[in-house]
Amino acid sequence: MCTLEKRGILFVLTLTGDDQHRINPKLIGDLLSLLSQVKAQATRGSALITQAQGKFFSNGFDLDWAQAAGSQQGASERLLHMVESFKPVVAALLSLPVPTIAALTGHAAACGFVFALSHDYIIMRRDRGVLYMSEVDIGLTMPDYFNAVFREKIGDASARRDLLLRGLKMKGDEAVKRGVAEAAYDGEGEVRAASVRMAEELGKRKWQGEVYAEIRKGLFPQLSATVGLGHKTIATPKL
Amino acid sequence: MCSLEKRGNLFILTLTGQSVEHRLNPHLITSIIAALSQAKAQSSRGSALVTVSHGKFFCNGIDLDWVNAVARSNQEAQQHFDHLYHSLKRLVLAFISLPMPTVAAVNGHVAAAGVVLALCHDYVIMRRDRGVLYMSELDKGIGIPEVFMALFRAKISGSTRRDILLRGLKIKGEEALKMGIAEAVHDGEEGVTDAGTEMGDELAKRKWDGEVYVEIRKGLYPELCGMLGMTSNVTATPKL
Repeated sequence: MCTLEKRGILFVLTLTGDDQHRINPKLIGDLLSLLSQVKAQATRGSALITQAQGKFFSNGFDLDWAQAAGSQQGASERLLHMVESFKPVVAALLSLPVPTIAALTGHAAACGFVFALSHDYIIMRRDRGVLYMSEVDIGLTMPDYFNAVFREKIGDASARRDLLLRGLKMKGDEAVKRGVAEAAYDGEGEVRAASVRMAEELGKRKWQGEVYAEIRKGLFPQLSATVGLGHKTIATPKL
Repeated sequence: MCSLEKRGNLFILTLTGQSVEHRLNPHLITSIIAALSQAKAQSSRGSALVTVSHGKFFCNGIDLDWVNAVARSNQEAQQHFDHLYHSLKRLVLAFISLPMPTVAAVNGHVAAAGVVLALCHDYVIMRRDRGVLYMSELDKGIGIPEVFMALFRAKISGSTRRDILLRGLKIKGEEALKMGIAEAVHDGEEGVTDAGTEMGDELAKRKWDGEVYVEIRKGLYPELCGMLGMTSNVTATPKL
């Protein structure tokens, strides 16, 4: 489902296989475990790149697994369970003591888009792939932390409205223009190479991990609170 | 004061009445709220609403003549002003809780509370060749009520908000488009009105569930909705 590699001081988390990388309890468990490993092994100068194989970065929660409960009630319960269980993944990314990049070589939709946005930077393809909050089209409302992610990570009110209220399928160039993505490139190879370059650039700054995480949480206070994270003050000046 | 028409899935709310400026007084506000209630009652999946006006103005703000005409003292004027403000809050609430996408086809000048009326809609279309959007309060020496500030915070970003509210800019269509206030601009009153109805039709085609749509809208504007006393409901009615 997903693997973690270390390439020098870079951590690369890959969602493997050619499927939609739907977010279900198994994947959530694996992600939490791998992110713990990153946290444990991180040093000054580390960075994390999250990427995926195939046509999708992630197409959101595993609605098939929810439906497999066999009843409307059961399906709703399973969906709610996934919504709740994914919060710790967002919390883990927000408190990760290294810069994080989501390298999107395919579509990121619904919770998959939220997963991408939980990283510090998004790099995506220009020629293929969209960012899409499918909820309005499917008939689902947003969990509180989804709204918080959008409110705090995307500054432009009309971009937030277009993504959440209009079900806009946003391509690479528009995402860059509207401040959702950092950069967009043609082709899978370019995106991966660019994310490695960016990770290395960020790594060169040798930021102190704990400080980095606290500053990040300070940028997203509502989201941090919603996913159960506290905040502390650190003073460890580089002298 | 206003009329409501249904064309297929599209509700068309037209600001009528003898006032060229379509100023907001209790009669017009009540009339609009009633029309929105009607639209809500008749709504279904795939409904949408567009608000149109005719002439030089979309809406030029609150009806100060009314405030002064019915008041016999400054104290009374203040009371009527307060009453008007509360009516406007109910108007904002009515729009924000409307279970369908909404478009304001701004055919001309829009000022002060008129801007509030326009911004109550999910999308604003303006005229390119005529008309300005103008928050006149600063120039007039009037403060802006909290609920309206919350509406601006909800719908407009960063330095644009400052430019509209703190700088008294008179913003033309093209500018409004660049600033992210307007979705599109068109030439001529008919151009804007047609674009408004077309956009309404396009949004209606998405066949969104009205209840879900309102909840997602509320999730976008929590501060404003909190102030209006709205609560949230979680819905999971996936179209599977």
